[in-house]
Amino acid sequence: MSKVIQQGPAHDFKKVLRHSPFHDRIEQQSQIKSWSPWNGYQTARVFDSLSAEYFAIRSSCSVMDLTPMEKYRITGVDALKFLNRLVTRDISNIKPGRVTYVVWCNDEGKVLDDGTIFHLQQGEYRLCSQHHQLDWLLISSLGMDVTISEETHEVAALSVQGPTAYSVLTAAGFVGLDSLKPFGIVHTSFNGTDVTVSRTGYTGDLGYELWVDPANALSMWDCVFSVKERGLYDIRCIGLEALEMVRIEAGFIMPGDDFNTAETTIRAGHDRSPFEVGLGWVVNFDKGHFTGKQALLKEKALPIQRRLVKLSVEGNKSPDQAFIYDAKNGNNIGAIKVQCWSPILKANLALADIEYANGKPPTELWTEIFYQKELAWRVQWARCTVSETAFWSHSRRSATPPPAY
Amino acid sequence: MTNSSVSVDPKSVIIVGGGHNGLVCASYLAKAGYSVEILEARSTVGGGAATTQFADGFQVSGLAHVLHSLHPTVCKDLRLENSGLKTGATIETIALDTDGNHLTLGLNDLAGSALSSKDREAYSAFKQEFRGYASALEPLMMNKPPRLKNMDKKDKFTLAKLGLKLRFGLGADAMSEFLRVGGINIYDVLNDVFDDPRIKGAIAADAIMGQHMGPRTPTTVLTYLHRLWGETHSQPSLPPGGMGQVAKALLTDAKDRGVQIRTEATVEAIIISDGKATGVKLVSGEQLNAALIVSNADAKTTFLKLMDVAELDAMFAHRIHKTRTNGNVAKLHFGLNELPTINGLSTDQLGQRLLVAPNLRYVEHAFNHAKYGEYSQQPILEITIPSIADPSLAPSGHHVMSVSASFAPYALKEGWDELQRKAFVDTVIAVLEQYVPGFANTIVAQELLTPVDIEEQYHVTGGHWHHGELAIDQSFMMRPVHGAAQYDTPINGLFLCGAGAHPGGGITGIPGRNAARRVIEMGRS
Amino acid sequence: MSSKQYDAIIIGAGHNGLTNAAFLAKAGLDVLVLEKNDYIGGATVSRELYEGWKYSNCSYVCSLFRPEIYQSLDLGRHGLEVVPLQGSTTFKQNGDYFGSYHQSTVRRREIARHSKRDADASIRFDADLMKWCRLIRGFLLRTPPNPTSFKPRDMMEFAHLLKSFYSLSEAQIYEFIRFFTMSIAEYLAEYFENETILAHFSGGSIIGTGLGVYSPGTAYVLLHHAMGDVDGNVGSWGFARGGMGSVSKAIASSFQAMGGDVRTGAEVQQINVKGRKATGVTLASGEEINARTVVSNLDAKRTFLNIMDKKDLPEALVHRAERFKIRGSSGKVNIALDGLPDFSALPKDSPLTLGHMHFTDTLERLERAYDDWKDDRWSQDPYLDMVIPSQYDPTVAPPGKHMVSVFVQYCPVEAEGGWTDQKRDAFGAAVIDQISQYSPNFKDLILHAEIRTPREIEAEVGLTEGNIFQGELTLDQLMFNRPFPGYAQYRGPVKNMYMCSSSTHPGGGVMGAPGANAAREILSDLGRTDTTPRDFGDD
Repeated sequence: MSKVIQQGPAHDFKKVLRHSPFHDRIEQQSQIKSWSPWNGYQTARVFDSLSAEYFAIRSSCSVMDLTPMEKYRITGVDALKFLNRLVTRDISNIKPGRVTYVVWCNDEGKVLDDGTIFHLQQGEYRLCSQHHQLDWLLISSLGMDVTISEETHEVAALSVQGPTAYSVLTAAGFVGLDSLKPFGIVHTSFNGTDVTVSRTGYTGDLGYELWVDPANALSMWDCVFSVKERGLYDIRCIGLEALEMVRIEAGFIMPGDDFNTAETTIRAGHDRSPFEVGLGWVVNFDKGHFTGKQALLKEKALPIQRRLVKLSVEGNKSPDQAFIYDAKNGNNIGAIKVQCWSPILKANLALADIEYANGKPPTELWTEIFYQKELAWRVQWARCTVSETAFWSHSRRSATPPPAY
Repeated sequence: MTNSSVSVDPKSVIIVGGGHNGLVCASYLAKAGYSVEILEARSTVGGGAATTQFADGFQVSGLAHVLHSLHPTVCKDLRLENSGLKTGATIETIALDTDGNHLTLGLNDLAGSALSSKDREAYSAFKQEFRGYASALEPLMMNKPPRLKNMDKKDKFTLAKLGLKLRFGLGADAMSEFLRVGGINIYDVLNDVFDDPRIKGAIAADAIMGQHMGPRTPTTVLTYLHRLWGETHSQPSLPPGGMGQVAKALLTDAKDRGVQIRTEATVEAIIISDGKATGVKLVSGEQLNAALIVSNADAKTTFLKLMDVAELDAMFAHRIHKTRTNGNVAKLHFGLNELPTINGLSTDQLGQRLLVAPNLRYVEHAFNHAKYGEYSQQPILEITIPSIADPSLAPSGHHVMSVSASFAPYALKEGWDELQRKAFVDTVIAVLEQYVPGFANTIVAQELLTPVDIEEQYHVTGGHWHHGELAIDQSFMMRPVHGAAQYDTPINGLFLCGAGAHPGGGITGIPGRNAARRVIEMGRS
Repeated sequence: MSSKQYDAIIIGAGHNGLTNAAFLAKAGLDVLVLEKNDYIGGATVSRELYEGWKYSNCSYVCSLFRPEIYQSLDLGRHGLEVVPLQGSTTFKQNGDYFGSYHQSTVRRREIARHSKRDADASIRFDADLMKWCRLIRGFLLRTPPNPTSFKPRDMMEFAHLLKSFYSLSEAQIYEFIRFFTMSIAEYLAEYFENETILAHFSGGSIIGTGLGVYSPGTAYVLLHHAMGDVDGNVGSWGFARGGMGSVSKAIASSFQAMGGDVRTGAEVQQINVKGRKATGVTLASGEEINARTVVSNLDAKRTFLNIMDKKDLPEALVHRAERFKIRGSSGKVNIALDGLPDFSALPKDSPLTLGHMHFTDTLERLERAYDDWKDDRWSQDPYLDMVIPSQYDPTVAPPGKHMVSVFVQYCPVEAEGGWTDQKRDAFGAAVIDQISQYSPNFKDLILHAEIRTPREIEAEVGLTEGNIFQGELTLDQLMFNRPFPGYAQYRGPVKNMYMCSSSTHPGGGVMGAPGANAAREILSDLGRTDTTPRDFGDD
């Protein structure tokens, strides 16, 4: 009854985190070896100095490895129909060569994730997301003529962001960027190698994302950094921590950090709708059906219960993990989810989840900040101000052609 | 908003499918002043309640062959006796025994040879007790399933009635017992109550018939109660003229009420505009508009075939897609050149409902095969010979035999090719030969309907008796799935009225009636 | 021997009996625990049946044990240490394997190796399962209400139950009912597509249960194997250092430190009842011991049919006890090995040997094993849950040697006409043959093996039919139906008599909750301070 069992395919359980195609260079650049896992990849938190990395984004040119971002290729006759049923926004007017920001919900109208849709060629799309979505995408594809394939590991991605990003890439030999508008895509080349460049980013600044075959990842990296070698512009690798600062300044949200994604929410009522996280502007009821539409229509008809708001907090004490009150010593109406000190604005910026009584924003917002000085705890009340727009933005982000330096 | 919605009569209804529930629903709606049109793909209405001719001169009830649960409320509300509904004489169930010690399982009493008085008494007590449980479910069966949160007044009323019936109708002890047995298997209950394997086999067969379940499958008490619920209000019979006669009465009634009926009108798609069902498109290309669409088709057909899935939320569609709808019962029709003789049965007894399910092990083993995509080597058979009571069904001197055989799974591993079909018919004949020696030589015509054939001919996904398993997770406020369990659906103006909706299959007419009441109630608000 | 009257006697020194005793002693009662065997622990036991090896020869892993009880009885200081177990594996017939690694990133990659879709679906599955765990965990340390009663306490408890239920959204309520009533195979099919993954995750749902993977109600059984936690890691299992006997020893030590007595070798023959009140017990030796309260830690069948007189019981109760479902469906093989076995499929140094190992890679194989059991046969292709705790625990086997614990599902109570020693050995051989197909040197390493069918488990431990949960965890025997409707609040049919075994809510597994819940009811009836812990709570 016994039979020969062949040796199964070896499985590498010792190498826990994946190395991205840029890993060799990142490893070289990392001075302090501070790593975090991100979607199964080993990712740098900080390369050497957080403030230097922050100012590289805001003042010169930063480079960050985006490969761990989840990427899905969506093709087939029903690709557009599939995507339009998936997301809340109408994407039928997104032409080939354009990118758009989208959010998608479950049946109850709660946000599953956000991301970007790239219309790469006629009828061929890429969806980028923060979290794993294959299960949901396949569920959503029932009965449709569409092919969905995950290509996270098959596409290397590099984000080049900052005021000199355009100048750096042009100097590196990337052609065709002068006419590339924000949220545009161009299929171009460097040193004769194909690359797709999109004018997109998560920094709120001028910037590009480069999408390339992993086999060409290192040569592309070297090509970009050759500009620095030649002494033309400074370029600096940045890690997750600097990115977190600039995205808060730019008012971008991060599902999973700023609010629970619906799929992983255990407790009823702990998930959030697009309206509740300030994404009402990407919900379009004038298109055909999309998942969650009925639920969102119902929600829209009622006063809003709560909002994720952008807050600036007076003073310089960090309001980390602080509650929000409707008055000094008033009622607790929410909590700060993420915050940072903005070096460029000299202000504490935060995203906070707060209750709206009767659908109206509270007239006053306060937070009670616990902070330490030489291990001694102190407490201070600070007034918070809601900002409806991004805390920080710059005209160079959208100027075409971008300013050269 | 659009022009079409202005011109459409707000009380116009199109019913997709003229099964018996579609007909009942149509009559109720017409009675309430709606103008109703039924579109039926087949050449006759009635769906599973149909009489078909399977060979020259041989007629038989095509799918369902015993009428045992058409609800008296439906008969009364629609005054079906005026439309020519005849139920025929009450029949009993006879559990066949190879040694000729057959058992007659009556409403309350057991008869037959070699029976212990203990079992005889236990049977009467058992039937009363379980019919009591079944009738406690009446408020649940006769209303839209209450939602368990965000209830409306009616939901609360239904739940309160159910609670009162359980607590005070049954009493504390019986309610406790009901809560205990509600989720368990019929196997344990039968072993507790009876000694005689014949009784256990026959009742177990009734509990699992039409389902993907065996006697030891938990929740088979509930499926048995579902069946007994029919017994709480009507007696089984073989309607003269076959089940088609029931359909005819329903048709006559519907027509009298002004319902328009079009046969051979296959609906290709339900037209949806801005989240609202506005009409249907026929295979012929013709489009018909109505304010309301009621689907008598099963849920998978309705949501995944007759409409663009993109009109639905993704998880809702996924839930529909995952409902278990594979049928397990094959139907066999035999034209015979003589009346079969079974040792120990009189001609009158032959005209009853005959069961081959001699003991629990037999029934469980029959089911074992179905789990692996095989047909039973020793199938369970439910046999009727309707030509005894109604000789017009067969040529003179001849008879028809109608057999429901379990298990014959829809998804047979090898597929239902000619070889498998023949092998299965031979298997059934071999079992029949044990009771009717020489049976094979009397066959002059025969027909086999596997679940795949039933799917094709009757447009029922999976060829399932109940348009989907009557498991708890697909019952009540979860039938066919939550989000569409109150007959209305996520598509505005689209309703379900078939066996796929609560309370499920059987020729009861209740899904159709409840759906019509829901349409009327929503029309008011 | 003694005319002394105890405040309470607990019959059976299993972990629930000891837990119950400890909380009573903590309230200041004079408590005696009586055990028929010469050692304590019941099914939570470690035994040296081969020199140098300690077999956890019944229960073998630990996770359900309530941390509230652990903390409140100070079990850490009494010698209990639970070391987390790492991962699980299903070996495939084609020579491959599926490894559910302890490390989450590696686990995700491994699921994706079998199915990319399933790797993502597991996120949805884990979150959904967590919802149900959260709900059910809240009921573990509570007494179920009687739904037919109008007593304020029952109505309040029922209201609490409904309130917990209503903390779910409407859709979640339906999904919970579905989870509660579906088969594990059908439930998993709403998430996963890969056959091996389906088989792997199904296993936990049939362990100890006389049901198959296609039987409705088995999805819920998964919770009894998934809702435990080790230090907050829900779903992870642990080994008690020194074997499972360490759990009962630590509880006994805590109990004795509070002044409690344990007598071994003292089999109770009868609960004495006078004037519809329990007054004490009579031992097999004829000795009578009096007590104000008698608590049975025996299963419901043994309690009412073996050690109580029928005349002391309502007829309906006897009838219910006779019908109580306590089917034996499991066997156990404990093996002493000369070294760590090789597994052909696993790469060298694979951490997967540290976890649970299974050798059944399809649902059909799992279900066919159940079909065999239904026909009173042991399967030639059973479902095994194998662990090798000696890899972490230096106390259970000599250095370089190993102790293997193999749980076998299914094993019939009556092997076609009854067990014989020959049949038992043939059953053990079938188990070892299956392992050997995946581990070629396994047989050569065997030094000693203990084979236990329901017959051996019943004879030694006193679990009727060897049922590890002291009664099936089916819908009819859960919550207010456990063990019987009307008797789910730990009180027996006569005054001063109680039940604290796994036959009561919340059921089996080395959880301690029935013992603690029963203690709470007893202390309440006696008007004593409640010493039992409150649930740690969630929000």
